[in-house]
Amino acid sequence: MAVAISAEELSKRFRIGQYRAAYGTLRDSVSAGVRRLRATGHVHQPDETIWALKDVSFEAREGEVVGIIGPNGAGKSTLLKILTRITTPTEGRAEIRGRVGSLLEVGTGFHPELTGRENIYLNGSILGMSRREINRNFDAIVDFSGVGKFIDTPVKRYSSGMYVRLAFSVAAHFEPEVLIVDEVLAVGDADFQRRSLGRMESIGGAGRTVLFVSHNLQGILQLCDRAILLQHGEVAMDGPTADVVAFYEQQTIGQSSEVVWTHRTDAPGDDLVRLQSIRIVDEDGSSINVADVRRPVGVEIAFQVLRTGDAVVPKIKLYDQHGATAFNAIDTSSYWHDPPDPGEYVSTAWIPANLLNEGRMSVDVDVVTVASPKLLPHASARLAVSFHVYDPMDGDSARGLFSGQWRGVVRPLLDWTTEER
Amino acid sequence: MTETQVPVPQKPAPAVEASPEHERNSDITVIRPASSWPQIQFNELWRYRGLLGVFVWRDLKVRYKQTVIGVAWALFQPLFTALVYTFVFGRFAKFPSENLPYPIFAYAGVLAWQYFSSSFNQATSSVVGNVPLVTKVYFPRLLLPIGGVLVPLVDLTLSLTVLAGMMVWFGVVPSALILLSPLFIALALVTALGAGLALSAMTVRYRDVPYAIPLFMQVLPFLSGVMYSLTALPEKWQWVLAFNPLTAVVTGWRWTVLGGFSPNPGQLAISVAMAFAMLAVGLAYFRRSEPRFADTI
Repeated sequence: MAVAISAEELSKRFRIGQYRAAYGTLRDSVSAGVRRLRATGHVHQPDETIWALKDVSFEAREGEVVGIIGPNGAGKSTLLKILTRITTPTEGRAEIRGRVGSLLEVGTGFHPELTGRENIYLNGSILGMSRREINRNFDAIVDFSGVGKFIDTPVKRYSSGMYVRLAFSVAAHFEPEVLIVDEVLAVGDADFQRRSLGRMESIGGAGRTVLFVSHNLQGILQLCDRAILLQHGEVAMDGPTADVVAFYEQQTIGQSSEVVWTHRTDAPGDDLVRLQSIRIVDEDGSSINVADVRRPVGVEIAFQVLRTGDAVVPKIKLYDQHGATAFNAIDTSSYWHDPPDPGEYVSTAWIPANLLNEGRMSVDVDVVTVASPKLLPHASARLAVSFHVYDPMDGDSARGLFSGQWRGVVRPLLDWTTEER
Repeated sequence: MTETQVPVPQKPAPAVEASPEHERNSDITVIRPASSWPQIQFNELWRYRGLLGVFVWRDLKVRYKQTVIGVAWALFQPLFTALVYTFVFGRFAKFPSENLPYPIFAYAGVLAWQYFSSSFNQATSSVVGNVPLVTKVYFPRLLLPIGGVLVPLVDLTLSLTVLAGMMVWFGVVPSALILLSPLFIALALVTALGAGLALSAMTVRYRDVPYAIPLFMQVLPFLSGVMYSLTALPEKWQWVLAFNPLTAVVTGWRWTVLGGFSPNPGQLAISVAMAFAMLAVGLAYFRRSEPRFADTI
């Protein structure tokens, strides 16, 4: 498929002074100029500069949804502003094929004094919609926004909810071929995301090309096929979203979805058991680092029993991303009722589909002996592995079609029954 | 009306039919470093003319939102100024008025002056006044100051009705020269745009620029012959003041509309040349500063 966005060695340099004081007064500049004139010798001290972006190159094909992630200050916003032509690069070049639209915020240019109707035209034109396009979509925009009869009321009298919905509605009916979106839009409702990101039936052939900038990894996992990790203004990794997110998390949090102890001496354990490896697997037993919320996920624990005599049991403990304990679980199968023979064992704890909420889950692994009322740990790996649970937002999870914040450590898909009385 | 909930879609959105705007790969956007002497992209400006219209429409809409008061203000301001001038300069100081009744002489001058002064002010504040747009979406930034000089044309047009009324009252009959009068408003536009472009770009960088403007704008009417006839000045001074394009605007406007004294062709040429020189300098400075707007604003 054709290339929609190609960036070649985009770089942007800022003077440190521009960071410190975005704008000055004329007086400051004049007095600085006078000082410079009066100074003798080496007057031209070069300004201190910083490369906010350095040699960033990538391509996005038509119909691809690409996420750009990275820590604060990595250059995400700068890249976004260059690609949307709000600012220019210092070096490098980029080409975008097709009509480009950018959504860096919703309701850009909304004027409080103007009515909903007037703001639809204003905001639509600013986004780049032609008058004809706005006319054609006008009824749909009003319908979708739900502001109905308030369409001729100045938006300053709208509730904040109505205001945002109207703004979203205009954005959702904005249909450029290449869309560059900031993460503020990730908070929109599911239908909005589907529409604007071209996830619905695409308009003939290739869908819309979308570049999505965020530091919300959850959103990136949900929406993007591919991700680019920016660090210190450079591309640190470019690849399938799950891999890039995993790499990024391993770097920032220091946890991965797999851990292997190759030397017996490093491995957690005592004279009874010793851990060998822990990994997160899907139903087929392949290693994964992100798990679809609708599928079961397994914590596979390999360990070695060094001597017989004690009935050992593997145990896991899950924490959510806020550090709250999600649950503890021990292997209750009859397999472990009697002391096992020395040897190597692999146990997998299967976490059912539709149990965990979205987010990053960290896992403690222990092999314990039960000495009621206590569990005696023999081999412990605290926060050994972590993985991401994400929801592809297809409407068949516990959220239904809602895509806003979903609280809770767990989010089971319950059976609901309803009777009419 | 459930106002705080995120709406759950009721029905699938209608399929969007393909339209001319959706032709694939019809245009290619090239992003590259700003050149130090950027050209003016006339074809791009033309493509964005719709947005220019929207900006002008927005400003007018907001300005005249409470219609009666809005329009009344547009009429009242120049009238009041002309009234003050008539008492102070016409009655007491007996300023020369080219054989025209002083009130209409002053009012015509004030109209041309006020058009210049409001377009210049609007153009100057146009970039800083639209920070949310400048930092969030791309469009040729030139549209902002251009819009700024177009909006006050509406006030001027409204005030022309009052001028027409005064001409009837004072029995001033215009000649065919009146057909040339828009040219002098155009000259005011060029001057205001040139100065406004330069200062709007400066204001992005230096926030104290707007404080200096009112001072300047208080002196300028005296240097432009708004409340007196420039022909009464020694000729040497007339040539010096010709470097202020507004002298040609005010004199020429009164000449074509009211049949006042005609401007000296040589002085007129200097003024016109100055106005276009200002426009050229303003455009160049604006285009050079434009790439940094979003970074510094």
